[in-house]
Amino acid sequence: MASKTPSMRVLSRYLLRPQASLHPRCQHRAQSKQYSAGAAGARLNGTVEYDTIPILHHTAKSTLSNPELPADIRKGQTKRINLYTAVNEALRYALQTDERVLVFGEDIQFGGVFRCTMNLAADFGTERVFNTPLSEQGLVGFAIGAAAEGMKPVAEVQFADYVFPAFDQIHNEAAKYRYRSGSTGVHCGGLVIRMPTGSVGHGALYHTQSPEALFTHTPGLRVVIPRSPVQAKGLLLSAIRSQDPVLFMEPKILYRAAVEHVPVDAFYLPLDKAEVLKPGKDVTIVSYGTPLYTCSAAIAAAERDFGCSVELIDLRTIYPWDRETVLESVKKTGRAIVVHESMMNAGVGAEVAATIQERAFLRLEAPVKRVTGWATHTGLMYEQFIIPDVTRVYDAIKKTIDY
Amino acid sequence: MSFRYTSRILRLQRGLGVQTSRNGCRVATNAPVWQHCRAVASTANAEKVLFPGALNSEFTSTLDFLQPSQTQAISTYRVMNQYGEIIDKDIGVETTDEEALDLYKNMVKLSIMDLLMFEAQRQGRLSFYMVSAGEEGIAIGSASALSPADVIFCQYRETGVYMQRGFTLSQFMNQLFANAKDHGLGRNMPVHYGSKELNIHTISSTLATQIPHAAGAAYALKMQNMWSPETEPRIAVCYFGEGAASEGDFHAALNIAATRQVPCIFICRNNGYAISTPTSDQYRGDGIASRGAGYGIATLRVDGNDIFAVRRATKEARRLALHDGGRPVLIEMMAYRVGHHSTSDDSFAYRQRVEVEDWKRRDNPITRLRKWLEDNALWDEDKEKALRSVTRKEVLRAFEIAEKEKKPSIKNAFEGVWEELTEEQKMHVEELKDILTRYPKEYDVEQYEGGISGLDELLAQKKQT
Ligand SMILES: Cc1ncc(C[n+]2csc(CCOP(=O)(O)OP(=O)(O)O)c2C)c(N)n1
Ligand SMILES: [Mg+2]
Repeated sequence: MASKTPSMRVLSRYLLRPQASLHPRCQHRAQSKQYSAGAAGARLNGTVEYDTIPILHHTAKSTLSNPELPADIRKGQTKRINLYTAVNEALRYALQTDERVLVFGEDIQFGGVFRCTMNLAADFGTERVFNTPLSEQGLVGFAIGAAAEGMKPVAEVQFADYVFPAFDQIHNEAAKYRYRSGSTGVHCGGLVIRMPTGSVGHGALYHTQSPEALFTHTPGLRVVIPRSPVQAKGLLLSAIRSQDPVLFMEPKILYRAAVEHVPVDAFYLPLDKAEVLKPGKDVTIVSYGTPLYTCSAAIAAAERDFGCSVELIDLRTIYPWDRETVLESVKKTGRAIVVHESMMNAGVGAEVAATIQERAFLRLEAPVKRVTGWATHTGLMYEQFIIPDVTRVYDAIKKTIDY
Repeated sequence: MSFRYTSRILRLQRGLGVQTSRNGCRVATNAPVWQHCRAVASTANAEKVLFPGALNSEFTSTLDFLQPSQTQAISTYRVMNQYGEIIDKDIGVETTDEEALDLYKNMVKLSIMDLLMFEAQRQGRLSFYMVSAGEEGIAIGSASALSPADVIFCQYRETGVYMQRGFTLSQFMNQLFANAKDHGLGRNMPVHYGSKELNIHTISSTLATQIPHAAGAAYALKMQNMWSPETEPRIAVCYFGEGAASEGDFHAALNIAATRQVPCIFICRNNGYAISTPTSDQYRGDGIASRGAGYGIATLRVDGNDIFAVRRATKEARRLALHDGGRPVLIEMMAYRVGHHSTSDDSFAYRQRVEVEDWKRRDNPITRLRKWLEDNALWDEDKEKALRSVTRKEVLRAFEIAEKEKKPSIKNAFEGVWEELTEEQKMHVEELKDILTRYPKEYDVEQYEGGISGLDELLAQKKQT
């Protein structure tokens, strides 16, 4: 039969008339460069330019000027890599330097569906880097047990949307292990659960979600979301070193889109510090992960159009989070906006806004504005209206300043 | 037992508010035997173990671990060999010539649609697609052996089930393009079909979640079958991959299906891979079939390349599933995933090209049926050519029409989350509308049916009383 069937290419050349331009939504890989495709005449939406955006380090000099990096790293080499390669480098370093580190998950042996574990099985052997059966509760529970017996498992859940079978293991087990073990001292620190998170523009209900808020409602967990290759490498290494279980949520659109100069050697970034990405005077924007790029583009337009000055903060560690950096900024600017992809109700924005009104009420010149997903699911055709875009952030800046 | 049973029925009817003129006794006599718990006590000189957890076990003084690796693998049921020859001529194929031709045409249609849509995705005209190559016979054959009223739950690689049940090419295309005519209202990724008329629940990307749903649905059907003995009894059917069978939901589903004795056929498509993961990393038992016994479920392994075997197995499973009111049945349909996992996957990153080519050459459900048809003078090269050309045109016509349709109304972004729009949602709709109105150049709202007025419709909705 196969031989009798005309090849796909021949068939389609004959049958499907190719169109002049590809639909921007239709990249066959999830790592589409388009984040939020603007309409044809758009001035704001679709203006995230990864090649020039100031929140990525486009030169070695810029990377090495980071005061969080230790002195020897700041004198060292850098290499331009994307986010999945940064994750790969961190895993590689951890595997090389600590025999207790294990890396496993669904499909990770051939490199993983997002390529984060490329070549690790070949280089470190399938005793330490291996495929698991298709069961999130199984593989996360397995990781907890291994961690409780002294290993450092880095378990991958294929998509954040599929972490829920493991919810019980994470919320009731990983988070409570140390507490319930009391003076026996047993805990599952050393455990890291990695997962790709967030929207890519065509993931619909189950390849789009950002469920971080469900895990920030759990004492005992650390929830980390890196925004860039440098951050991914440094934060993942800290997560593996941490003695608390860490959920490491990697914005999947950034795996390929975010490219920057990253120190070649290993380094650690703090798990308890937010980072001011851009100083400003009039309004503070607090965000994390992919929306930081949206915010950065919106800030550029707003500062140009309104002559205002906006401070941008990357929360990085979503829980426990750095209240001090946020409050210090808001006390200075008097205005705050929180931006995230997941829905508004009981989201991270609610916690940040509540904290700001509790602790900086008298400094506030405007209500804290939340720019987030709406109270709905991320239907395929409606993602561009649901996920915060440059226009919505731009408008939020305008409204907050004009308040 | 009959008293207990009757009273349970009566209680149920009261509880669910079902009005019926049937009297309890009549129902009870026709009623299935429900699993019931026997309380037993051990006697001092008993030969058998009377522990409540394993009632029929005998004592032994031989220390003998069960070694699954040493037992013979479960056989694979076939009606027809790879040359299209019928093995047991007395039984035959239990399929009329017209039926066989229909099945063949549907398999070809499915494979042509797959080729074209895969390529359409590669051209950027579709965001995603999944082909069924190598598994056409499983989906189409099993669906052909069910009653249209049976309720079906799919994983995603069962496009043939929809096709066999009558999902039209335009219905497929409308879903794939998520246009205004899509049953899913433009909400789901391509290939997440659903059809109320065809009794197939809408596909969810989350693996294995549908398996316990099928058990529960089958329980609902079991009760409804009892309430209306005059209508043809229905069963539930659940499809899933051998990878999905590693999820907790699979195990939970089979166990609860057994304890509640539900009329459900669990059809595992074992195609050798779960994305890149080969079965050797997925399990160490004898496939999925070996698990049936563990749950006390009747089980069969079938050659999925043999559509006659698939049909016969499914028919018999359906009979078993309805016997005595209900019981679950597990069928493991063996296949090889000829295509990539999906359009997001390049399977040559983890398997050899020759492995795939070998399989394609060795055996395939479509070629096998074609051999049988040709041997029976029902098919020839001219017919093949004509069928392919007509089918291609049909697919492309549906494709072109669907591609031109508008996108669904934006109201579908918010509707259907709760039964009615909440106050919070209305606030969100108002905020979105305000943005779309003040920044019209930033959005392509006109591609959506009704443009921005879709949101007005939502805001105009009155609370239903
Ligand atoms: C809960 C969950 N975990 C992971 C995934 C990602 N995923 C999608 S398909 C797939 C493999 C499924 O393999 P199998 O069940 O054998 O079906 P096949 O693709 O072979 O038809 C995986 C891991 C998912 N969709 N849902
Ligand atoms: Mg499979």
